[in-house]
Amino acid sequence: MATNMLQSKMRLCSTTGLPVCLSAQRFIKLNAVAGVVSLLVGATAAILLALTRWETIGLLDPIDYYKVITLHGLNMLVFWILFMEMAILHFAATSLLNSRNFSSALSWAQFVMMLAGFGIVNYSVLMDRATVMMTSYVPLKAEQEFYLGLIIFAVGALLGCVNFLGTLYIARRDKTYKGAIPLVTFGALAATIIAIWTLVHGAIVLIPTWFWSLGLLENAPDGAWYRMIWWGFGHASQQINVCAMVAVWYFLATMTTGARPLSQTVCRTAFLLYILFINLASAHHLLVDPGVSASWKMWNTSYALYLAVLASMIHGFTVPASVEVAQRKRGIGGLFGWLTRAPWKDPGFAAFFLSLVIFGFGGGITGVTLGTHQINIIAHNTLRIPGHFHVTVAGGTSLAFMGLAYYVIPLIFQKEIPMRVLARIQPYIFAIGICIMAIGMTLAGSLGVPRRHPDIDFTGAKVAVDLGDAAPFLAMVGIGGTIAAIGALIFCVLAAWAVFLGKTNKGPMTSWQSPEQTRLTKQLITTAWNPNDKGMKPKGTVVLTFIFLASFAVYYFANWKALVDVWPVK
Amino acid sequence: MSIHHPPRKWLEAPHGFERLWIGIALLWCLVLSAAMPYWHFKGKQTSSGEAYTVEPGKFDARVARFVEAHKVGERSGLPVVEPPPGTDAYLIGKAWQWYPILKLKKGVEYRLHVSSFDYQHGFSLLPMNMNFHVVPGYDHVITLTPTEKGEFNIICNEFCGAGHHIMTGLIIVEE
Repeated sequence: MATNMLQSKMRLCSTTGLPVCLSAQRFIKLNAVAGVVSLLVGATAAILLALTRWETIGLLDPIDYYKVITLHGLNMLVFWILFMEMAILHFAATSLLNSRNFSSALSWAQFVMMLAGFGIVNYSVLMDRATVMMTSYVPLKAEQEFYLGLIIFAVGALLGCVNFLGTLYIARRDKTYKGAIPLVTFGALAATIIAIWTLVHGAIVLIPTWFWSLGLLENAPDGAWYRMIWWGFGHASQQINVCAMVAVWYFLATMTTGARPLSQTVCRTAFLLYILFINLASAHHLLVDPGVSASWKMWNTSYALYLAVLASMIHGFTVPASVEVAQRKRGIGGLFGWLTRAPWKDPGFAAFFLSLVIFGFGGGITGVTLGTHQINIIAHNTLRIPGHFHVTVAGGTSLAFMGLAYYVIPLIFQKEIPMRVLARIQPYIFAIGICIMAIGMTLAGSLGVPRRHPDIDFTGAKVAVDLGDAAPFLAMVGIGGTIAAIGALIFCVLAAWAVFLGKTNKGPMTSWQSPEQTRLTKQLITTAWNPNDKGMKPKGTVVLTFIFLASFAVYYFANWKALVDVWPVK
Repeated sequence: MSIHHPPRKWLEAPHGFERLWIGIALLWCLVLSAAMPYWHFKGKQTSSGEAYTVEPGKFDARVARFVEAHKVGERSGLPVVEPPPGTDAYLIGKAWQWYPILKLKKGVEYRLHVSSFDYQHGFSLLPMNMNFHVVPGYDHVITLTPTEKGEFNIICNEFCGAGHHIMTGLIIVEE
C-alpha cells in the first residue's frame, strides 16, 4: 500500500509490522512523558489526601488539604489524561493509517502550549494563588495566571485535535489506506470531535472569568451560567476520556489476545452515539440547582444520557465478547475458560480487562443512578460523587492508559520495562486500591459525608455536627487511596526507569506472554478469520452482561427506595 | 480488526447474542427514561429548581426582617426563628455560617428560601442526606415538609473558601 512517509523518516515496528512515523513517534514520547509527570504529581497529592481523610491520621490541615485537592484534580483529571490522549491521537492517525504526521510545527505548538499551561497552573496552585478547586466556581477567585494557564493548555489541546484531523486529511488525500479507517482510529476521531466541542465550552467560560480576574470586567460571570457552561466543558471532557479508553480497550484486546470486533457497524454506531448524545449529560451536575426546571433536568438526563449509556452498554458487551471469541478460536472451551485461561500475567491485558470491569460495574452503574434527577437529591456533592468518578476516570481510563503504556514503551520508545514481576502485579495493586477507596467513598457519602472536606470533625463550628458513623468508611478511603496511589507511583517509576535508564530493544519487544501464546495472538491478528463463525458464540459474555444488568437494577432501585425515606420536597 | 481497516463491506445489522444484548440494553434505557417522569407525578421528592434572581444584599436584608419578625430564642450565638406554620422561611449561607437556626412544625409544608451572600454553597441536610445547590444571586425556593421531629444539621458541601469545613447550621422540628 502507498504511504506518504519518506523512507528516512519512518521505521517499521519489528513487533507489529506497523509503520511508525518518526515525527509522530517523537510527539508520542514527549506527550507520554509529560503525562506520566502529571500522574506523578497527582498520585503524590493523592497519598496526602487519602491520609487526611483517614480520620485517625488526618495529615493535612484544611487549608493545605484544599490546595492539594485542587492540585490532585487538575493533574489527574486534566493534565495526565489529556497528555496521554495527545499521544494516542498521534499514534492512531499515523501508524494505523500508514501516514506521516500532518505538521511538526502544529505538534510542537500543541506540546509546548500544553506544557506551559501545565507549568503555569501548577505554579499558581502550589504558590497558594489558586485554591479554588478544579471547578473554580465563581465568585471564588484565583490569581489571573491560573485561568490563563488553563486557557493556554486548552488551546494547545485544540491544536493537537487540528493536527489529528490534518493527518486524517493527508492520509485520505494520499490514499495511504483503503476503505474505512480502523476502529481504534474511529474511536480517536470520536474523542477528537467531542474534544473540540468541549474545549469551545472551556473557552466560553474561562475567557470572561480570566478578564474578571484581571480586573477588566467589574462583575464575576453569573454563578448559575458559569456552572452550566463549565460542565459543558468539565463533564463532556470526561466523554473524551471514555472514547479514548474504549479505543484503548479495542487496541489492547487485539494486541493481547488477537480479538477482533464481532460487528464493526455496532462498535462504530456506539461511538457515534457518544458524539451525538453525551454533551447534554453534563446537565446531571445541575440536577439540584436553582433556575433550571424539573422538566429541563429530566429531559436532559433521560433522552440524551441514556443513548450514551446504551453506547457504553454496547461496548461493555462487544469488547469482552471479542476477547471471548478470539479465545474460543484458539480452542479454549467452557463457559468461562476464556477468562480463566486469559493472559492475566500480561499487564496490558490485566489493566485493560480490570479497567473494563471496574468502569462497567463501578462507574457505569453509579453514574447512571447518581445522574437520575430525583436520586441526585441524596447524592449531590457528597462523597458518593468522587466514589463514582474514581471508578470511571481512575479505575477505568487511567488504568487502561497504564495498560497501554506497557505496550507503548517497548514499541514506541523501544525500551524494555524493568522489574517485570512488579509490572505484572502493578495493575492489580492499583485496581484493588481504587475499588476499596471508591466503595468507602460511596458508603461514607450515603451517610452524608461531603466531598471536598478535610474531615468530619467540624471543629470550630458554631453548631456541632456528628458524622462519626462514617469513620470506618473513611478509613477505607484512606487505606484504599494509599494503595491505589502506591500502585500509580510504581507505574511512574517503572515507566520513568524504562524510558530513561531502560535497555533498548533492537528487535521485537520482549513479549509479556509465553512464546506459544504470543505466536497464536500474532496469528490471530495477521490471518483472516470471521469472529461470527459457528461454534464460537460468546456465551460467557452473555452471562456476565446479565449479571451486570441484575447488579445495575438492584443498585438503581435500592436508591429509589432510599429516596422514599427522605422528606417530601419539590 | 481494531487496528487494521475493516473488510470492504463492514456495514451490517448485528445478529445473534449481540442483537439480543442491544435489544435488552435499549429496553433498560427506556425503563431508566420512564422512571423520572413517573416519579415526578407519583413520587414525593423532586428538585423543581424554582428560583428568583435577587441581589445578595437584598436577600440578606430579607433574612434580617424575617429574623426580626419571628425570632423565638437564641442558641450557640445564633437566633432561633419560628415562622408561622406553612409560610415562607429564609436561610442564607454566608462564609461560613448557615443563618439563622430554623424551628419548624412536623408535617407542615414550608417554602424555604435559600440563597448565598457571597460564594456558591451546598445546602446539605443531615442525617437524611438531602442536598441542594445554592448560588449567589438566586433565591432558591425549596418546598419541603419535615416528617419527623428532632434536630437536623445543615452542612455546606460546596467549597466556599478557607472556612468551608466549619460551615454548619440547624433546623429544629417539633410536633
